[in-house]
Amino acid sequence: MLRVSLSGSLRSAAGGAENIDIEAQSIRELLNRLVDRYPLMRKHLDEGIAVSIDGEIYRDNWAKIIPEGAEVFLLPRIQGG
Amino acid sequence: MAHDTSYTDQKFNVVGTRVKRPDGVDKVTGRARYGADASAPGQLVGLILRSPHAHARIKKIDTARAEKLKGVKAVVTSADMPDLNVGNRDLFAVLENCMARDRALYDGHAVAAVAAVDMNTAKQALKLIKVSYEKLPHVTDVDEAMKPDAPIIQDWVFTVGVEPTPKKPSNVSMRSEFGHGDVEAGFAQADVVIEKSYKTEQTHQGYIEPHACLASLGPDGQGELWVTTQGHFVFRNTCAALLGLEVSRLKVTSSEIGGGFGGKTHVWMEPVALVLSRKANRPVKVVMSRDEVFRASGPTCSTSIDVKIGATRDGKITAASAELRYQDGPYPAIWGMLGAMTSYACYDLKNVKTVGYDVLVNRPKVAAYRAPSAPMAAFAVESTVDLVAAELGMDPVDFRILNAAKEGTRASYGPTYGPIGIGPTLEAVKNHPHMRAKLKKNQGRGMACGFWFNFGGQTCTDLNVGIDGSVTLTVGTIDVGGSRAALGLIAAEELGIPYDMVKTNVADTASLGHNDMTEGSRGTFSSGMAAIFAARETIEVLRQRAAVMLDVPVEAIEWKEGQAVATGLEHSNLAPLTLKEIAAKSPTTGGPIAGHNEVVADNAGVSFASHICDVEVDPETGATRVIRYTVVQDAGKAIHPDYVEGQFQGGAAQGIGWALNEEYIYGKDGCLQNAGFLDYRIPVCSDLPFIDTQILEIPNPNHPYGVRGVGETSIVPPLAAIGNAVSNAVGVRLNHVPMSPPRILKALEEAANS
Amino acid sequence: MSGVLVSTTINGDAVEFACPQNETLLNSLRDRVGLTGVKEGCGTGDCGACSITLDGRLVCSCLVLSAEANGREIGTVEGIAQGDKLHPLQEKFIEHAALQCGICTPGFLVAAKSLLERNPNPSEEEIRYGLAGNLCRCTGYDKIVRAVQAAAKEMRKK
Repeated sequence: MLRVSLSGSLRSAAGGAENIDIEAQSIRELLNRLVDRYPLMRKHLDEGIAVSIDGEIYRDNWAKIIPEGAEVFLLPRIQGG
Repeated sequence: MAHDTSYTDQKFNVVGTRVKRPDGVDKVTGRARYGADASAPGQLVGLILRSPHAHARIKKIDTARAEKLKGVKAVVTSADMPDLNVGNRDLFAVLENCMARDRALYDGHAVAAVAAVDMNTAKQALKLIKVSYEKLPHVTDVDEAMKPDAPIIQDWVFTVGVEPTPKKPSNVSMRSEFGHGDVEAGFAQADVVIEKSYKTEQTHQGYIEPHACLASLGPDGQGELWVTTQGHFVFRNTCAALLGLEVSRLKVTSSEIGGGFGGKTHVWMEPVALVLSRKANRPVKVVMSRDEVFRASGPTCSTSIDVKIGATRDGKITAASAELRYQDGPYPAIWGMLGAMTSYACYDLKNVKTVGYDVLVNRPKVAAYRAPSAPMAAFAVESTVDLVAAELGMDPVDFRILNAAKEGTRASYGPTYGPIGIGPTLEAVKNHPHMRAKLKKNQGRGMACGFWFNFGGQTCTDLNVGIDGSVTLTVGTIDVGGSRAALGLIAAEELGIPYDMVKTNVADTASLGHNDMTEGSRGTFSSGMAAIFAARETIEVLRQRAAVMLDVPVEAIEWKEGQAVATGLEHSNLAPLTLKEIAAKSPTTGGPIAGHNEVVADNAGVSFASHICDVEVDPETGATRVIRYTVVQDAGKAIHPDYVEGQFQGGAAQGIGWALNEEYIYGKDGCLQNAGFLDYRIPVCSDLPFIDTQILEIPNPNHPYGVRGVGETSIVPPLAAIGNAVSNAVGVRLNHVPMSPPRILKALEEAANS
Repeated sequence: MSGVLVSTTINGDAVEFACPQNETLLNSLRDRVGLTGVKEGCGTGDCGACSITLDGRLVCSCLVLSAEANGREIGTVEGIAQGDKLHPLQEKFIEHAALQCGICTPGFLVAAKSLLERNPNPSEEEIRYGLAGNLCRCTGYDKIVRAVQAAAKEMRKK
């Protein structure tokens, strides 16, 4: 079981929850289950999302395996100059 | 093949040296070709007609007279650019920004375009297009736009991020909240609490090269685009999606780029050029004027920010909060959110809360500008940090060191940091001779910190060995400031050959797989990673070929210092084979020798900087001069130190311009009044001192060489560092950027009167 | 619009071209003569990217009409190197990494060459004011000033 923290406007898509517990091995699985549980998340996933695992931010690599007990943050996708 | 991206404390031969760039001679002789420097047989001149109103309904566009003018080959309006992605608001926003539909949303919004045989004819044709406008109420100020009675800019925008979702449309497109702990409880523990509000004005990236492209699109749906861009693959995908083309049939070639800083990450007139070309069935060249660049491309947000920080007598911050209001132009974006994420990233805070608002106004669509959103937030936070330190009677550097984030700190935007450089940059500042230099009358010193995320992204790179043993490295990330030299160093390092044997090229979209843009400080980080892996794959091929040539098993071949060496006593009589020798025999040992890599280069490694600045303020005129400036920044590993220093210096100079002079000035009519370099004054050579740099190298654990992005962070601290320096010089706190002479005089006058 | 015929000397070579009366020398050099090393950054004389010399005097070619160049001598970035030998300023710009994107470089080289011809031993301040008509957005001018100092030193040796 992973504890996933939400930030920014993602919280409101999950009914205001700051943390949610979810069973997932990879980023892809995590995001799929998230949308199953919170359909409003779909819009955010379409717009782009980043996943921080133990402080490392992944924007694209959805195959990434999430270690047991890792700190997982969902962040909105960022842009740079 | 998957490669390990972990940092491995490798010893370097050529990485870290200051070699000459491969495009140097072309660029000092005028041969290098930029966006406006390409031509095609039969090309037409394309020009764009733009709205003179801040907000207006477009009732009718009559193009008949323009179309009849001799020499005019195509006239285009939104009717020629229908929405082919119905329901996709993001793509629609891009399309509508390229060509207005029923409404012009800002002064400078494109409403029609022409292609004609020459410039004079095209100019004449623009004058013959008759647009009937009905002026609508407009709003250009971020705080005004948030008021309940402000004119609504997009009726389909409902504030995201609030519960329940509002029923009424709003100019606030998004509310984003970040943080942890309990700020109210934290403020209650504080001995000192400082609250202050700040404003920053809108600035432009100010690249010297205007947007330019040469488009050629046939009725068969095949086309080519030569364009100045930070990401030709992304431009290709966007143009193809907007115009209903197949990605593979549109070849985009990136010209040399004359500066971008984020402004060339978006398409502006390129899709229009393609549509003009398709309609005329001839190549069309479109080059923006400087006026168009200012009015219709690029700028960053203006902002309005409230900050509150509380600390105990012994100097520990107990709570920090901020409300950040950023205007995005007429389309929803994430700039306020980024301000909220970055504002307190330098600090280790138990209780922190930031709320960002993204707000629509009648100004040009905002584009990324170097560490987008972070400089304004840093101005507000770092100014307040100085105020708190002063109130506590503490040295501002010591106060920051005491509260700095470190490995294991939970960042204000969420995750926990790995090894980071904020502490070391602050220690370097504390020990820097600059901090002990004497100041004279009317002079003041300030310092400030800054943070930027950096990111990686999709990258695809080829490495080919020529028959003579020279190496071609082919990358798909645009070189904005010397990255070809840095990437050549990396390939040479891995292969164990001299730098001069490697030539790095940027490929067009038909020659390489997709690459994300050069943005987020990713160029050298991500293409460097791909170059390392492509070189390592090449070495595998070289070992196999050497094994064939020496008649030994491949396992016995080691690659050492540019040579294949057969190991083991039984092979001790075999002379090593050089890359040159293996390459010469390649036709008969299996054909071309190449390596290749596709990677999603995540984890670019967050980056921190601390700047020191001395200014002299003339109390009579309010004019400020920067007399000394020092940048300390963590680069992870500086591949080519000259170009790392160049990024540090360039970002600082842009920040100095922003802090002291640059601003978009809007009239009551909502029109931009200073769309030119005369009235929008960027720093010139005589405005600046030498900008000293100190590169720190705290390896990024997620890159084989430890590289972090270096391009953006340097623009984050200057607004605040200069604000602190000016405030220390005049004894009055400045809270409005730019700190232009009239604003400084006004602040002095108000202080004298109070 | 009726045209004009312009006879000039560009980088030592006789050149003739015809253009509309209202055409700037910048546009003629770029579009008719093919010297695209002369860059347009603003078209209003504020950025210096189009710097050339006209009868030895440093000017913004965007502020000169082509018709005014008739019978005069023009120098552009393309004429700075002597054959395959780069000018010391060109060498030092590369060596000192005095360019990032490079769009302003032609204008800076023309302006710096003109400055050093007038003043072979300029102080830092003289260099900064001498080049104040040229905008660079990438470098913060630091490495440009150092490159010009190094080139001036090199040229004084000769």
